Amino acid sequence: DIDGVGHKYHLELVLEDVLDKDSTVNCTAEILYHLGNKNIAPDVQFTIEGELKNTDEADNIFYNRIKSLEKELVAENIPDNHGNISPEMEPVRLLAWVASGYVIWQNSTENTKFQLAQIKHVKQVKRSDEYLEFDFMILLHEMVSQEIIPWQMTVLWHPQHGVQVTR
Amino acid sequence: MKILLVFTSLVAAACSEQLFVGDQVLRITASNEEQIALLRALDEQTELQVDFWRHPTSPLRVPFPSLQAVQTLLESNGISYSVMIEDLQKLLDEEKKAMAKSRRTERSTSTFDFASYHTMDEIYDWMDTLVADHPNLVSKLQIGQSYENRSLYVLKFSTGGSNRSGIWLDTGIHSREWITQATGAWTANKIAEEYGQDPSVTAILDSMDIFLEIIANPDGFAYTHSSNRMWRKTRSINAGSHCVGVDPNRNWDAGFGGSGSSSNPCSETYRGPYAHSEREVKAIVDFILGHGNVKSVISIHSYSQMLLYPYGYKTAPAPDHQELNEVAKKAVSDLAVVYGTKYTYGSIVDTIYLADGTTIDWTYNNGVKYSFTFELRDTGCYGFILPSTQIIPTATETWAAVLDIMVHVLEHPY
Repeated sequence: DIDGVGHKYHLELVLEDVLDKDSTVNCTAEILYHLGNKNIAPDVQFTIEGELKNTDEADNIFYNRIKSLEKELVAENIPDNHGNISPEMEPVRLLAWVASGYVIWQNSTENTKFQLAQIKHVKQVKRSDEYLEFDFMILLHEMVSQEIIPWQMTVLWHPQHGVQVTR
Repeated sequence: MKILLVFTSLVAAACSEQLFVGDQVLRITASNEEQIALLRALDEQTELQVDFWRHPTSPLRVPFPSLQAVQTLLESNGISYSVMIEDLQKLLDEEKKAMAKSRRTERSTSTFDFASYHTMDEIYDWMDTLVADHPNLVSKLQIGQSYENRSLYVLKFSTGGSNRSGIWLDTGIHSREWITQATGAWTANKIAEEYGQDPSVTAILDSMDIFLEIIANPDGFAYTHSSNRMWRKTRSINAGSHCVGVDPNRNWDAGFGGSGSSSNPCSETYRGPYAHSEREVKAIVDFILGHGNVKSVISIHSYSQMLLYPYGYKTAPAPDHQELNEVAKKAVSDLAVVYGTKYTYGSIVDTIYLADGTTIDWTYNNGVKYSFTFELRDTGCYGFILPSTQIIPTATETWAAVLDIMVHVLEHPY
């Protein structure tokens, strides 16, 4: 409890690779939730002990595949209502997951717990530069209120430059 | 849709081996009384064997031998017609093939695909086959009706006796939690299979009854299939609001109306106008009170991977919290052994959040000591849309925990 500022949490956590459950990395973090104004995202400081796996190969395969599509990618309901995802859409889901992480961070308070529930719609936006751009309509599930919140986000990605959520 | 209705009657006929090779179905347009009278007369000409599907005008099935005569009759009287179906038998053969294909894997309990998600009708049909396959163990009860008048069915597992102590399980009270209804079906099958095989299940059923309501919120479940996969609540209409539905796990009379539920009909945790306002909830309340001898209630939800006991509406520990905690600890540990899935456990308020009007708080306050809620897989990766490949692993590991609870109930009568 920090008077006049907010609540600070010290966390020790283990990061686990979603695609390789045996690959883990320790992490420490400090989160500061600001008092009062709920429009400010919590401050996050973190240290990773060790290195995250290199994903260049998979990134480049995905990047090149999208770049070489004749028509812009369009898809709905990822996963579908039965939880199925085609292998081609799996990287799209992962991208949405990462981007939604940013959205969740920006909208989190001590009384919220958000998860990405489903991608309702994704549309690739044509670009003249090297970035890939996708317009997502996602559903976020907020655990405490149990509400399903639709959210629109525009995501830029490049293998070397990472993820940016511009809207 | 009209065509489908027509086909079912024909298929029934086909199954009793009447064939319609070369028969045609004509659509007739009678334009005056004279023509209608003519068609009636045609119907009476029994040697032609024409078959009006909707008296006295179209569609009309004409057997192959009579085709030429009928066509001549229509044409010479200026009655216009068109050929709807050129060869009825061909169409019937194709339809039968398609239906057989989709029914093939579901004709008996041993071929119901537990590894996929099903519609309500498929689950209800399968329930009937389960009862038929185990007539001395399983029966189906109706405990009431939903808001939209769907039957609320409960499977009763009993080896006899008279008002034996009971264990109650429900799945699907929150309709979007599809892994729970799927787990309920698998579990019902497991119980039926294991009686006489597994010593624990046999011991339990030799002195107690098990009640399992697989689809506790059928209106919501139908809605998740037809319209909104993310629907949670009932489908009752709220007076004065355009928002539909009440959270059936905030509608129970235990701490009803507190800050752990909402007074807003548009909210996912709307408590309802009063406790037990929802027919789906009232039916279970009436059943448990009427039975009078229920010793355990296990209400199954998803997701979060938790095993919870009362209370949710207050922070004060339940009188039996120590024992319940021990039971939960063992159950969760045995669950983890199966596939390594980690659960947390504790009271609702300590482990998940403040929630009032919940199922197990009410059952606990009404004499059901062993009241537990499960939150099944996962922890948010897929959430409500858990891949169907995880159904059987989830059901299998959950069974280890459920069995632990049931054995404890058996060994600790009260």
